[in-house]
Amino acid sequence: MRRLPGRRTWASLHAEAREIVFDFLEGYDLLGAFWTTVQLTLLAAAGSLVWGTLLAAMRVGPVPLMRGFGTAYVNIVRNIPLTVIILFTSLGLNQTLSISLGADDFKTINFRLAVLGLTAYTSAFVCEALRAGINTVPVGQAEAARAIGLSFTQVLRLVVLPQAFRSAVGPLTNVLIALTKNTTVAAAIGVAEAATLMKTMVEKEAQLIPIASIFALGFVILTLPTGLILGWVGKKVAVKR
Amino acid sequence: MTEVSVAKDAVAATDELVVLKSVNKHFGALHVLQDIDLTIARGEVVVVIGPSGSGKSTLCRTINRLETIDSGDISIDGKPLPAEGKALARLRADVGMVFQSFNLFAHKTVLDNVMLGQIKVRKADKKAAEEKARALLDRVGLANQADKYPAQLSGGQQQRVAIARALAMDPKVMLFDEPTSALDPEMINEVLEVMQQLARDGMTMIVVTHEMGFARSAANRVVFMADGRIVEEAVPDQFFSNPRSDRAKDFLSKILHH
Repeated sequence: MRRLPGRRTWASLHAEAREIVFDFLEGYDLLGAFWTTVQLTLLAAAGSLVWGTLLAAMRVGPVPLMRGFGTAYVNIVRNIPLTVIILFTSLGLNQTLSISLGADDFKTINFRLAVLGLTAYTSAFVCEALRAGINTVPVGQAEAARAIGLSFTQVLRLVVLPQAFRSAVGPLTNVLIALTKNTTVAAAIGVAEAATLMKTMVEKEAQLIPIASIFALGFVILTLPTGLILGWVGKKVAVKR
Repeated sequence: MTEVSVAKDAVAATDELVVLKSVNKHFGALHVLQDIDLTIARGEVVVVIGPSGSGKSTLCRTINRLETIDSGDISIDGKPLPAEGKALARLRADVGMVFQSFNLFAHKTVLDNVMLGQIKVRKADKKAAEEKARALLDRVGLANQADKYPAQLSGGQQQRVAIARALAMDPKVMLFDEPTSALDPEMINEVLEVMQQLARDGMTMIVVTHEMGFARSAANRVVFMADGRIVEEAVPDQFFSNPRSDRAKDFLSKILHH
């Protein structure tokens, strides 16, 4: 066994090793890329929660036209590959129809288009998770709400949806985790998120397995706590019957 | 001229509160309500009894349009039942309903259950609504349970909260759809006592029940239904001691002596 030179400490050795193993990371804004991923996720999550809830309300509502629209939207959108939707936002909405969502530089336009595409797509899944949640609310709850004179929207807003959301926390967590990973599709229109950076690094660096591992780890770091925290929340807010 | 018509309305209003005229309803091939004519006067307590599947629950639920009808007319306090929308919601607020399965809002506390309709439908301010809710909970003997959730209460307690929730809307009439059928035997009386008290206070009540004791002691009139028809109507004493129809005799012989 080779002896270590006396003046070198373990700490300095570690630092040196880190330099050698991780020097391929130098010059890349890893945190910045993941921050874009987080922003895409949070904005699309908020958007699809709102739009998905409206879709679910349409699908359980009494107006045939709205029910038809909700059903058609969900069945069309959830069956189109996300890549196609994201590409359409750029090629169709932006380049053909000149929709730029209020931005004027390429970077911001594409970021907003990606949020729009992710929202449109994820809403269909939020709608279905919520509708499953609505089905767990006993019909007597809505009847009692109607019986005291609440209107359809009040019944939904005050009695049915609050209970539906609580039982849909689990399915919605799955949707959120899927969304986090789906943001990588935004790379297709050049949004500078994690997958875009990974592609650049893979092209320029030799350490393919470490690169893949680091990005995989980055996503696990984002999604694992999401699952754990929301799992706890789901238990905490569950409606006891 | 105006005075005369006002006086006429007033007379009509004090007289007939709920009127059903030749009401028909089908569930697919089943003719569940057949030419139902029924008039309930203000302050009257009517108990509807009959075998399972005779249409008594359905009858009760058509009065606030939780069930639609195929033909006929239903009017409450002189106004025909609206088909849908805001007008229907307004009417439902005037008709209290108590369900077999309580149906308390599971995600809200007992107090919030009794306050919700007052605030969202009657537009009462929060303080007044809470005061009234607490007074009503006291009236049904549950003042100390206000902050609990429905699942923490016994069936009898839940049903009494449901009665308080309906009363909070100041209803003109109360519908009870088998209010004690889902209760353990020892909890039936606490609910019936609240209902007896309501009847004594002059509330107009339509009660679908299997509690013959309640029918005897609290009802002004018993309506006996079988196979979607009203077979017999009579004051309780007469109905229980001397039923006219064979169907009612048969029904009573099965439930009264065992």
